[in-house]
Amino acid sequence: MGRSTDVNGKIIKATGGGAHKYKQLINEKLGVEISKEDEIQCLIKGCNFLLKNIPDEAFIYEKHSNPPYKFQSPSNQPLFPYLLVNIGSGVSMMKVISDTEVERIGGTSLGGGSFWGLGSLLTKAKGFDELLELAEKGDHRLVDMLVKDIYGGSYDLIGLPGDIIASSFGKAARSASDTSSAPVEYKEEDIARSLLISISNDIGQIACLSARLHKLKNIYFGGFFTRCRPITLYTITFAINYWSKGEIQALFLRHEGYLGAIGAFLKSAEETTDADKYSWGEHFAGSTGLQSPVALNFSKDSKVDLLELDRLERPVCYCPVLRSDAVYVPDTWDLTRDAEAREYWLNCFKEAVDKFAERAVLSQPNKADAAELAEQFKQKYIQRLQDLGEQPFAFGSLTVRTLLDTREQFLKEFEFPDPYLQQKRNDNKEALELFPSYLKNLDSKNWEQQQHDLVEGILAGNVFDWGAKEVTMLMDAQTLTFEDARSRLRPHPWLYDDYEAWLVRLRGSPHNCAVIFVDNSGFDIILGVFPFVRELLRRGTKVILAANSKPVLNDVTYRELVILADLVAASCEIITAALRNRRLLIVESGQGSPCLDLSRIDCGLVDAMVEHKVDLVVLVGMGRAVHTNLYAKFGCEVLKIAVLKNRWLANRLGGDMFSVIFKYEKYDASEEAAKFF
Amino acid sequence: MSADSGPSKPLCNGTSTIEMCNGYCSKPHMPWFGMDIGGTLAKLVYFEPTDVTPDEEELEVETLRTIRRYLTSNVAYGSDGVRDVHLEMKNVKLAGRVGTLHFIRFPTASMKSFIELAKEKKLATLADTICATGGGAYKFEEDFNKEVELALHKLDELQMLIQGINFIDDTYPSECFYWAHPDDEEQCKKVPFDFSDPYPYLVVNIGSGVSIIAVKSQGDYARVSGTSLGGGTFLGLCCLLTGCNTFEEAIEMAAQGDSKKVDKLVKDIYGGDYDKFNLPGHVVASSFGHMMCEDHRKTVCKEDLARSTLVTITNNIGSIARMTALNHGINKVVFVGNFLRVNPIAMKLLAYAMEYWSKGQLKALFLEHEVCTLDNTKYNAVLRTHAT
Repeated sequence: MGRSTDVNGKIIKATGGGAHKYKQLINEKLGVEISKEDEIQCLIKGCNFLLKNIPDEAFIYEKHSNPPYKFQSPSNQPLFPYLLVNIGSGVSMMKVISDTEVERIGGTSLGGGSFWGLGSLLTKAKGFDELLELAEKGDHRLVDMLVKDIYGGSYDLIGLPGDIIASSFGKAARSASDTSSAPVEYKEEDIARSLLISISNDIGQIACLSARLHKLKNIYFGGFFTRCRPITLYTITFAINYWSKGEIQALFLRHEGYLGAIGAFLKSAEETTDADKYSWGEHFAGSTGLQSPVALNFSKDSKVDLLELDRLERPVCYCPVLRSDAVYVPDTWDLTRDAEAREYWLNCFKEAVDKFAERAVLSQPNKADAAELAEQFKQKYIQRLQDLGEQPFAFGSLTVRTLLDTREQFLKEFEFPDPYLQQKRNDNKEALELFPSYLKNLDSKNWEQQQHDLVEGILAGNVFDWGAKEVTMLMDAQTLTFEDARSRLRPHPWLYDDYEAWLVRLRGSPHNCAVIFVDNSGFDIILGVFPFVRELLRRGTKVILAANSKPVLNDVTYRELVILADLVAASCEIITAALRNRRLLIVESGQGSPCLDLSRIDCGLVDAMVEHKVDLVVLVGMGRAVHTNLYAKFGCEVLKIAVLKNRWLANRLGGDMFSVIFKYEKYDASEEAAKFF
Repeated sequence: MSADSGPSKPLCNGTSTIEMCNGYCSKPHMPWFGMDIGGTLAKLVYFEPTDVTPDEEELEVETLRTIRRYLTSNVAYGSDGVRDVHLEMKNVKLAGRVGTLHFIRFPTASMKSFIELAKEKKLATLADTICATGGGAYKFEEDFNKEVELALHKLDELQMLIQGINFIDDTYPSECFYWAHPDDEEQCKKVPFDFSDPYPYLVVNIGSGVSIIAVKSQGDYARVSGTSLGGGTFLGLCCLLTGCNTFEEAIEMAAQGDSKKVDKLVKDIYGGDYDKFNLPGHVVASSFGHMMCEDHRKTVCKEDLARSTLVTITNNIGSIARMTALNHGINKVVFVGNFLRVNPIAMKLLAYAMEYWSKGQLKALFLEHEVCTLDNTKYNAVLRTHAT
């Protein structure tokens, strides 16, 4: 729980049975006071926190699907009530009714301690992890008595399949007649597996019975038992599906073992700050993924899992104009499912890393160890890409967005907070110089031409993207002008071409308020977006410009945009007036990514969207309109505008380099019963 | 009941029974056998007629006499067959005959030897069909056909079980009982329970594995749950943990042991009761939880491990049975099966767990004959044999 803690150094909040037991020892050795917190309250607090804050925290496991892991992110769906099954030494089952209300409704003494304890008696394995490794190699059918061992096949009369275990350890039961022959030696692997399966099954069954009794549909599993091992996940899931006939859902947590610790941490954070007011995000640079504990130095044979969190400076909320009747998934492609895409993107990011390291060094000319840090960044990122190739599910769903975000977090980790700072300044300066003449030229055309130029301007500006490898080569050679970019765009019909429909719409009544999620600095924002904004304002539409809160690539940040808006206003009366009248608002989006996760945007932006009754959303750029949100459904009109600057992706969508995405989607209120504002 | 009226009342009430009876209801030939071949134990019931007239004696073929004498004069058969003498039911009326029911059990693992014995004693010259239930009726059917030239009349296990319970209660009043004060060594005692108006009830049949059957009325029943953690698990784990060889040995060891040295109790973790959630300190928090620690492992003996295994398996069954009963709105739970044989510890634990966790809402019931071993299925199997 490394960074961004305001924990008082002298007092540590602790929970669990050992909080009492080791209180004295910790105090003597470390000089730290232990403040004991109630275990169940901490568990619930930790669990609710993870479910509400961490994307892809919970997942379901379906062994026979591709991919077997299906992740769930915080959503607008109700979370409560649910059953939390905490598998520690024993098992507690709690009905969680709200953030603070909880009721223990059952439990079982057959838990992680039974697996460990019995496993230690029956095998030579040292500790829990070795036991799990043994279990993974074993075959329980050599120890357990299956239905087919008793019936010779399946027991059709009562619908018991032959492979179902009739009696755990049943084959190990000796009878007097066996004494004549030497007792059968059972392999430790098989015993360990039988043990793991019987306990997992039992927990699943009892959890299911408890959930049924209290009419709960979702069961979350916490504690340090499953370790996210497929065999355990599968057995528990199978038991719950089997006994509930598919009516109850088993959900697992990536950070299952840390619920209590997170809860205790939050309790202390609450004492110094108002933790509820903040939102949190996972810091990929510090966290370890599923099944990837790293060795730490303090003990040679103990491995450690890490969860590193960033406390966001401002809280994030769910976008109010997403369709409430559709499940919102930001990412267009799931790379865990799509092996070909995964291979392409992992390789693509690997090939691009040299350029990023170079750029990072250049951004820190006064830093002596910049080259060294950049090299470390490079090695760490390449290693992560390799790990993800082997374990795509390690951090939840694998998407282009998570790959991009991971790279950004790694860069910051090695002290490169804004590698494109200078580039952005240069680009803005160049574009600002052209801005007055650009507007003048625009105004000389007829209305219809103007509308087309405005859209083409956004598209041309969007070509200038330092995240796209093939374009950076052109930009590095400093040969790409705005007009060049414009001429490279594919002609109509575009890959997605709703331009005519948009033009028809423009002949109609003005929108009330548009929110534009902007992309790059330079030509993109200044010659692309601002002229478009001016046109909307002229039509009588209010405009909210939403820019990233934190720097990434050459994307314009909120702070930069506030300054840029004033500079642009100097050459444009309409914008000047709109800024003054609050008909043009600059707001931060809460994002620090070239992509856009609309389930986690800045709450201030959400308030503004609600207050001004947004009825048009404009998403600009590949990250915001293609890698994410391409198929997202909105409860109002939306424009998704981007230029494809990656040949592979363009081909995949059926286009080519510089193919144009211009999707204009209307909102049909009759499709959705619920009203927004 | 007359010789031609078919089986006794509870048997013929289910429609399936009547159908099965059709065409078979003439007086059957001796001998009357029934088998229940489970995962661990095979159970054989033999009906010995005691109303044999001298004429009949005369007519009795030599082979039958040999078998009758072999079965009734021995208490052990081969290396591991046992006749439970104390279970004999005398003066049982079956299809117009009076006689004694004998109960013989042997490990299912010795099924091959049994088949050899049947072959040697020329069982096939006396009957061409034997009624059987349990999984082994399916598994060993071919062996019976080929080796002994006997057909197995396979009967549904659940149906047999339910009818068996009804039969016993009808035949032997005060068969059904519960334990009063199961947690108090001195006050603890069996109390008869009036099972004449039984529906609905839950049957928990603890064999190698556990089947849980909800019985709503006569003929209306279904397997609603079960667990693979049953008698076979207890014995299997005990064999692995202690090197014991038989169920009796395992139970004996368990009776001597102390599970508190092996299991982690609530008070071991919280220092006392966990008041907030009404968990008393003596409740097991983690079965075998102390065994995670090497030092603790050195302090326990085999008896302690056997006891903990027994407590763990029994409490788990109790827990699943209790929640299943609640989910089906049932408050009577009848525990049956071979696991409860010579096993008062398990019975008392079940009785206590059901009462404690349900706050007295649920009653754990047991059957007198069951306690002594009787797998109800055997009754039925033998009862059905006479009909074929």
